[in-house]
Amino acid sequence: MEFDTIAAISTPMGEGAIAIVRLSGDQAFEIADRLFKGMGSKKLTEVASHTIHYGHLIDPKSGQVAEEVMVSVMRGPKTFTKEDVVEINCHGGLVSVNRVLQLVLNQGARLAEPGEFTKRAFLNGRIDLSQAEAVIDLIRAKTDRAMNLALGQMEGRLSRLIQKLRQEILEILAHVEVNIDYPEYDDVEEMTHNMLLEKAKYVQGELEKLLQTSQQGKILREGLSTVIVGRPNVGKSSLLNSLVHENKAIVTDIPGTTRDVIEEYVNVRGVPLRLLDTAGIRETEDIVERIGVERSRQVLKEADLILLVLNYSDELSEEDRNIFKAVEGMDVIVIVNKTDLPQKIDLDEVRELGKDYSLVTTSLLEDKGVDELEEAISSLFFSGAIESGDLTYVSNSRHIALLNQAVNSIEEAINGVEMGTPIDIVQIDLTRSWELLGEIIGESVHESLIDQLFSQFCLGK
Amino acid sequence: MQYEAGNFDVVVVGAGHAGVEAALAAARMGAKTAVITINLDMVAFMPCNPSIGGPAKGIVVREIDALGGEMGRNIDKTYIQMRMLNTGKGPAVRALRAQADKFDYQHEMKKTLENEKNLTMVQGMVERLIVEDGECRGVVTMTGAAYRSKTVVITTGTYLRGEIILGELKYSSGPNNQQPSIKLSEHLEELGFDLVRFKTGTPPRVHSDTIDYEKTEIQPGDDVHRAFSYETTKYITDQLPCWLTYTNERTHQLIDENLHRSPMYSGMIKGTGPRYCPSIEDKVVRFNDKPRHQIFLEPEGRNTQEVYVQGLSTSLPEDVQQRILQTIPGLEKVQMMRAGYAIEYDAVVPTQLWPTLETKKVKNLYTAGQINGTSGYEEAAGQGLMAGINAGRRALGKEEVIFSRADAYIGVLIDDLVTKGTNEPYRLLTSRAEYRLLLRHDNADLRLTDRGYELGLIPEERYQKFLAKKEAVEAEKERLRSIIIKPSAGVQELIRSMGGSELKDGIRASDLLKRPEVSYEHIKQLVPADVELDFDTAEQTEIQIKYEGYIEKSLQQVERLKKMEDKKIPENIDYDAISSLATEARQKLKDVRPLTLAQASRISGVNPADISILLVYLEQGRIARISSN
Ligand SMILES: Cc1cc2nc3c(=O)[nH]c(=O)nc-3n(C[C@H](O)[C@H](O)[C@H](O)COP(=O)(O)OP(=O)(O)OC[C@H]3O[C@@H](n4cnc5c(N)ncnc54)[C@H](O)[C@@H]3O)c2cc1C
Ligand SMILES: Nc1nc2c(ncn2[C@@H]2O[C@H](COP(=O)(O)OP(=O)(O)OP(=O)(O)O)[C@@H](O)[C@H]2O)c(=O)[nH]1
Ligand SMILES: [Mg+2]
Repeated sequence: MEFDTIAAISTPMGEGAIAIVRLSGDQAFEIADRLFKGMGSKKLTEVASHTIHYGHLIDPKSGQVAEEVMVSVMRGPKTFTKEDVVEINCHGGLVSVNRVLQLVLNQGARLAEPGEFTKRAFLNGRIDLSQAEAVIDLIRAKTDRAMNLALGQMEGRLSRLIQKLRQEILEILAHVEVNIDYPEYDDVEEMTHNMLLEKAKYVQGELEKLLQTSQQGKILREGLSTVIVGRPNVGKSSLLNSLVHENKAIVTDIPGTTRDVIEEYVNVRGVPLRLLDTAGIRETEDIVERIGVERSRQVLKEADLILLVLNYSDELSEEDRNIFKAVEGMDVIVIVNKTDLPQKIDLDEVRELGKDYSLVTTSLLEDKGVDELEEAISSLFFSGAIESGDLTYVSNSRHIALLNQAVNSIEEAINGVEMGTPIDIVQIDLTRSWELLGEIIGESVHESLIDQLFSQFCLGK
Repeated sequence: MQYEAGNFDVVVVGAGHAGVEAALAAARMGAKTAVITINLDMVAFMPCNPSIGGPAKGIVVREIDALGGEMGRNIDKTYIQMRMLNTGKGPAVRALRAQADKFDYQHEMKKTLENEKNLTMVQGMVERLIVEDGECRGVVTMTGAAYRSKTVVITTGTYLRGEIILGELKYSSGPNNQQPSIKLSEHLEELGFDLVRFKTGTPPRVHSDTIDYEKTEIQPGDDVHRAFSYETTKYITDQLPCWLTYTNERTHQLIDENLHRSPMYSGMIKGTGPRYCPSIEDKVVRFNDKPRHQIFLEPEGRNTQEVYVQGLSTSLPEDVQQRILQTIPGLEKVQMMRAGYAIEYDAVVPTQLWPTLETKKVKNLYTAGQINGTSGYEEAAGQGLMAGINAGRRALGKEEVIFSRADAYIGVLIDDLVTKGTNEPYRLLTSRAEYRLLLRHDNADLRLTDRGYELGLIPEERYQKFLAKKEAVEAEKERLRSIIIKPSAGVQELIRSMGGSELKDGIRASDLLKRPEVSYEHIKQLVPADVELDFDTAEQTEIQIKYEGYIEKSLQQVERLKKMEDKKIPENIDYDAISSLATEARQKLKDVRPLTLAQASRISGVNPADISILLVYLEQGRIARISSN
């Protein structure tokens, strides 16, 4: 068979239901076998095709039971991709399905690119020619979207940290290279095993820390990025508080209370949300507030879902209309808040402005309408209107998988050093980890090593 | 006044390091070949450092040798000293370097060419190509001589519109005051080739008798026998040393004070110079915290007093150069014989070439060497060999030959050039190879001799010797894998003596050899072979066993990529018809016109999504063809 084995979550995410992790490729059975412990003694490679088996996944690292699962085994070519396919059915919660995916990735499956199962189905002759164009568009659209999302997520702390670690590795690499390519330059200190070990261990430590936090879901936490926007004082922070069932954001009757973006994670009926409360958008003289407003506009661009809040007891203003314009073409739910107060807003005009969107009326003060809002969010998600949710999620798993691999490579480098393997050979593993980290932040250009070499050292005839 | 000067299969323009390999390869494969060069006294001339090899480059020389090329044999006959570099490191980065007697080197090479039976050597300045119906069919020289041929290889080095710059002085010239090649450059432009302007430089040469060697450190050659060529059996024993000294604060101050007279800083030089051989003024400016820079004094030959001052490449005015030299310990009274200079020249943008080094614009025309944007004798020779092979085979009606990045440094070099292009003179570095553990100095023969033999460039006798060695290595590996070494008192004693930890159980000899402190020498003592292995065979066995795990890892990577290497892209593919390609990717693909999916994936600006799309299209084409049959 032509390709390596890929894996991905193949069901929409939600709670309660069952989720499926699908594997396809010539290693699919072997990978599943390394994790799966069934009731009988047969291995999955031995059972009849197109059968389902109950059992548990065992984490080979700890030897502990990780998940209770049903595994269906389908031998190619009578499968969707025409390759060997294994589907692992597990509990639908985010945590479970993510764990299953991580397990198979750690066993050597590669996380599927968006649309890759379909692509394989096509390449293996399962889908007919007339569908080729559609496949291509799918690949293009999904890949671009995934890229944007990956980049969106990468902004800030995480990408800076990874960049820093990459630079750290790059300097080691450049140093080793100089020793190799310019062996007679005595003003470049020879990289020793001890120096290398110290640096590699430092990088390893940092990466491990990163992985831990990502597993606790703090940094690479998955969720639809959901931005609450609206004029000052319409009740945005109140909305955030009602959705998270806690008082996380400060609520006052002074317009302009929220000065910067506030971020909270919440699960609304199985839909993971990364909720972002923003500073109310308006023209302002106040510098701090203005920065906040700027940030709000920025987050808007990267959002998967917009919660646009209006004030029931105020007339629609120019600012409101501008906000509608700003979110054009995105997935939006319009919330008209403060229904406990006398109506001043023209609801017909709101319906006209937001004719493509769902509309919910609330009184957050009296806790009315929140159920309807939650319903609107989850139906939007599960109807498939928002497709980016699983991509966000996938790109997270991708990051974690890459991080895992990077740590493995560093560990191999450290083992090499401890074994006394020559540095230029150990370097193969170091380079690999550098490349893997590069994949996370979307850069893996070889040329940069050579640039580093010549900027860091004085070389030449 | 044009006249017919003869008919050939292959015409090679230029007899520098690229030209001589191209001409010899074509002739040896049976193509009737002519090599035309400006000055027959300058065959395989070294305009810069009198040295061959070094990291990456030395491995290229070994590869050239394994393919039946000449550079290795020629330097083995003419070196004044030879050293193995990086011996303290792993096997992948060991590299041989020789100081050449640069005059002997030229004379030997010229002799070899003169004695090659299918080869005609003539002096002449080529001014234009004969191009008909988009195909190159020969060349015409300054004197009107028309040489007709089936294919042409241009290897004109730094001669194209060359200009020498020395301080405030700038004049039209090839290297070392040779005649520049101006018309040919203009002609290439007329044919529609994109040219770039590059720059390089060389240091001054000084008189040996005026050096006070007492103040320098001696750098001798290795005292073991070394050779580039797998054929060499005779070694030169009276080696000459090189010498090491340093610049100092006074040198740097003097340079600082005269920077305004440097053409680099006055803006007179426009060409892009290589980062890896900056001039001394560059080094002083960019790394001004360094208190000193190394200077190697290298004899240019046995019958000359000229000494090459490595580390002092410069285009400062002559008078400043003399004063700079005199600030350096050992050179206080030195007499400068030739001043250093910079040279600017035209190069062909190499993405205009196929991986065979044939140009995309003009069929049957090949370019090789510095004209393709590289720098260095070995880089030139490697390309020359490949262009000669391909031009020769085309003329003889045979299939073309391309080496991959996993086959050879030559493959890395050419793939980089034609896929990525270069914006400075390109030099090979070990870090450019992703599989350098596979591309070693020691295994060049194992990688390439079979190919050289198939091409008709390796004589039968040598090939049989090679096969015997290969077999011996396999047999010895097998033997060591099958022998178990028991923890007897004697064995434990020996292991202790080499600083290893004692055996707990019996262990395969091959596994014991994998321990870092254990060498083949030790194993030999424990379990001697029936017939003692020669050095090469023993070394090969040791490396293959010791680094098995890492080699395996690299091979897996190659294997993974091979699927992409095997996906050929038809030459007539219409990228405009593939609507989903990103705009930048489409433009790049149209420029480079990669031959395989793997090559496409290495183009910067072509991202994985584009590759997926391309793959789908290629498959679609395949399916369409199959179903229409
Ligand atoms: C000043 C200087 C400094 C250098 N410094 C370095 C360095 O630091 N490091 C390094 O690695 N390399 C350096 N080089 C480069 C190295 O010399 C070249 O890379 C190498 O010689 C190139 O080989 P080639 O065969 O391409 O060209 P060359 O060796 O230059 O040979 C070109 C040949 O073509 C012939 N020719 C040119 N035009 C015509 C024509 N129209 N008709 C017929 N014959 C023609 C010439 O006579 C000559 O024989 C330097 C070169 C120069 C000139
Ligand atoms: N009557 C009424 N008051 C509400 C309702 N929701 C929020 N408020 C009040 O409106 C005021 C502003 O609420 P916030 O949630 O701080 O509004 P905000 O949009 O975050 O405001 P800024 O951060 O200043 O942009 C507070 O005094 C809330 O108590 C509602 O449904 N009815
Ligand atoms: Mg607020």
